[in-house]
Amino acid sequence: MKLELRGITKRFGTLVANDQISLTVEPGEIHCLLGENGAGKSTLMNVLYGLYTADEGEVLLDGEVQHFRGPGDAMAAGIGMVHQHFMLIPVFTVAENVMLGHETTLPGGRLDLDAARTKVNEIARRFGFQVDPDALIEDLPVGVQQRVEIIKALSRDAKILVFDEPTAVLTPQETDEFMQIMRQLRDEGAAIVFITHKLREVREVADRITVIRRGQVVGEATADQPDTELAAMMVGRAVELTVQKSAPKYGANSLVVQDLEVTDPSGIVVVDGVSFTVRGGEVLVVAGVQGNGQTELTEALVGLQKASGGSVVLDGQEMVGRPVAEVLGAGVGFVPEDRSTDGLVGEFTVAENLMLDRRGGPPFVKAGMLQLGPRDSFARDAVEEFDIRTQGIGEQVSRLSGGNQQKVVLARELSRELRLLVAAQPTRGVDVGSIEFIHKRIVETRDAGVPVVVVSTELDEAVALGDRILVMYRGRVVGIVPSTTPRDELGLMMAGITPQKGSDVA
Amino acid sequence: MSAESPEPKEQAVAASDDTTAASTEPASSGGDRWREAYFRIISGGWAVSLGAVILAVLAGSLMIMVTDQGVQAALPYFFARPGDTFAAIGSAVGGAYAALFRGAVWDFRADDFAGAIRPFTQSLTMATPLIAAGLGVALGFRAGLFNIGGKGQMLVAAAAGGWVGFGVSMPFPLHMIVAIVAGVAAGAVWAGIAGVLKAFTGAHEVITTIMLNYVAFYLVSYMLATPGLLQAPGSSNPKTPPMQDTAVMPDLLGPRYNLHWGFVFALIAVAFVWWLLNRSKVGFEYRAVGENPDAARVAGINVPRTTVSVMLVAGGLVGLAGVTQVLGTVTTGFSYDIDAGIGFDAITVALLGGSQPIGVLFAAILFGAFKAGGSVMQAAENVPIEIVTVVQALIVLFIAAPPLVRAVFRLPQPGARWTRSSRKEVAA
Repeated sequence: MKLELRGITKRFGTLVANDQISLTVEPGEIHCLLGENGAGKSTLMNVLYGLYTADEGEVLLDGEVQHFRGPGDAMAAGIGMVHQHFMLIPVFTVAENVMLGHETTLPGGRLDLDAARTKVNEIARRFGFQVDPDALIEDLPVGVQQRVEIIKALSRDAKILVFDEPTAVLTPQETDEFMQIMRQLRDEGAAIVFITHKLREVREVADRITVIRRGQVVGEATADQPDTELAAMMVGRAVELTVQKSAPKYGANSLVVQDLEVTDPSGIVVVDGVSFTVRGGEVLVVAGVQGNGQTELTEALVGLQKASGGSVVLDGQEMVGRPVAEVLGAGVGFVPEDRSTDGLVGEFTVAENLMLDRRGGPPFVKAGMLQLGPRDSFARDAVEEFDIRTQGIGEQVSRLSGGNQQKVVLARELSRELRLLVAAQPTRGVDVGSIEFIHKRIVETRDAGVPVVVVSTELDEAVALGDRILVMYRGRVVGIVPSTTPRDELGLMMAGITPQKGSDVA
Repeated sequence: MSAESPEPKEQAVAASDDTTAASTEPASSGGDRWREAYFRIISGGWAVSLGAVILAVLAGSLMIMVTDQGVQAALPYFFARPGDTFAAIGSAVGGAYAALFRGAVWDFRADDFAGAIRPFTQSLTMATPLIAAGLGVALGFRAGLFNIGGKGQMLVAAAAGGWVGFGVSMPFPLHMIVAIVAGVAAGAVWAGIAGVLKAFTGAHEVITTIMLNYVAFYLVSYMLATPGLLQAPGSSNPKTPPMQDTAVMPDLLGPRYNLHWGFVFALIAVAFVWWLLNRSKVGFEYRAVGENPDAARVAGINVPRTTVSVMLVAGGLVGLAGVTQVLGTVTTGFSYDIDAGIGFDAITVALLGGSQPIGVLFAAILFGAFKAGGSVMQAAENVPIEIVTVVQALIVLFIAAPPLVRAVFRLPQPGARWTRSSRKEVAA
């Protein structure tokens, strides 16, 4: 089926999210939609999927104008969408999720689960997936959950498949497999829209590339154009893609983690005997696929999670067992993984958020009273220094873009005397322009002699930013290697395989 | 029909806004600022609160109409002489609200200024406990806690403050101060129990505060019926002896008016809560926990401790309401109905006031006026006082459904800005 979008315009109040966007996707091609966060890619796809109604323009399938009133219409017309955040019910089985929305029933109103099972098996066989139709979604790894989403779309005979940032949650190996699946779908004649901001993936699979910036199509590109050109189109200016850093100059500070163990409420050991040392002036990147204990590790470092064993020693002081406020007060900067939930109070202003974890005393609090003057002047300086794009320090932080929100968190954590910086996924969901800036600031912190621990699930970032890379798998350290280690080897380590031994650690 | 009447005016406002919006697009920043301010006002809670009050009062007039005997008498021959019905409606609704005004704000039948202003002071007297209790509930809201335990907290506060008031001998004003402190502390402890349960066991404060209402009610009832505890000596009624003069809050405007110093204490509480929420470190933490407990925790705020602390302060404020009742308004001894529904009205007041201290002050005065005026309305016009209660309930109902109020008054939905009109243009 051929998909055509003609002059789609979608406005939210004064904001024009999509401005006269036209796009054609032929059957049997992978069409990449490349753009930064907030460029309007997702809005466009939501228009296509019937979640939004376009203010102007039309959607055509095989030349016929469509009027979708909701996702149901879009699905019926043959459009399947795999969202970035999976739309699966965790406590349902694979088969139940696949049939959800158009359940077939046997006489007496009983669900025809067998039909759904058959369908799952059939599609899985076609693509060589390993999926148990009776497995509960919550028990499945993320990569498999994504396949369930794909099966769901295919079970409805989707001829046009939209993938919205599908690789964000996958291991490098899973990503490779996913690329393979996309190629296979394409070869079967599906029209594929692949939304991403990762240039490497674009170059690997794209048949055609459309670059979107600020709601407008800024041009088409081909897969053989260099990264810097694609990035420049995306951001609208030349971008530095590599992190500039010199050899580490070790400082006096040090973080020594010894046999750290964290047990989650259900009794499962999620951080299992982790030991490492970070010296002042170096960046240790904790790499690994999401959900392998990195979150718990960082939270244990700052005291948010109770360590069930082991020690965290910063400059000779034991940190385990201390309340969070004390750890932060000791000079630990913490950039939490999920900034909107854990890092910021959305309803608070930029200025209020900038002092959120600095209530301990002067300059922002004196004798239990907020010092609005120092707070506001600090906020104005921080907005300036960190290039936070906001209407003012009194603006609600929830109104800022993801990248600017992250800059607020960074500004807060970096503009005080630090003895350790722990940054979890500091660039996730952040636009390319801001990534450049955030990386620069992290390197500056390192060069100031502060030990830095960065958690990243993106291999590119790990390699670019880290002096050394610690790979975690199922709560354990697979290995700590220099950042010059080949990507293949790192990829295998992220899957739990130690290359030297060639054996599974878990 | 009644809900339609304000529309033309509101439409005019909306229309003029559209033209301003269009004309100021390229204009100076001064116009932008005006437009910003305008939108902040009408898309904020204030406009919704005001709209809710207007709608509820209109609904109230419908009920006055329906229950009025004159209207009921004229309605059967409506088609013969419709004028009679309309005249009856006019006199019923007009008379009722005039009586309400006369009982709540200004008695235009009084001989002198001192007499004419008396209803207003009466409204302020009625508002006094509502202000304090409303602040307690509002503070909870701001910290993400729904304190429904106003009744229980008021009762224990009244019991503690009252016991000190009649059972202990001390000179004025020390006696009064000690009694106030005792009541406030009792309210704080009572709410604090719910806070501790929430913080350390996760028990939901809605459940625990409701249950503590029962506990407090029967505890105080028992004490009132037990000689040697709260019961007046030599009496078999469940009632305390009168307060000693040294514990009573003095009249604010002389013996001619009921208004007492409790109102001043309530105003001080307004200022205190405003300062607490907007200027203190503690209030900053309260709000952070209320808006996003996860981020608060990551920022090193001890969330359980904050929960307990919020409940203590909130309970103390509600306790102040209980104390102003027994030491200010009803000084002749009290019984187990001393809370007079204030603990629950406080929730309404907090909602209507948008959980802002100043908003609570005005909402409480409005409700105090309803209380003061309602009885005059009943006496003078034979309008059931229950209608006032229904109007109060309707206010909450409308407040709880802001989109409804916004739709009726053509106010912009939050965040939507001008999409409404632009959508219309597209449709047209």
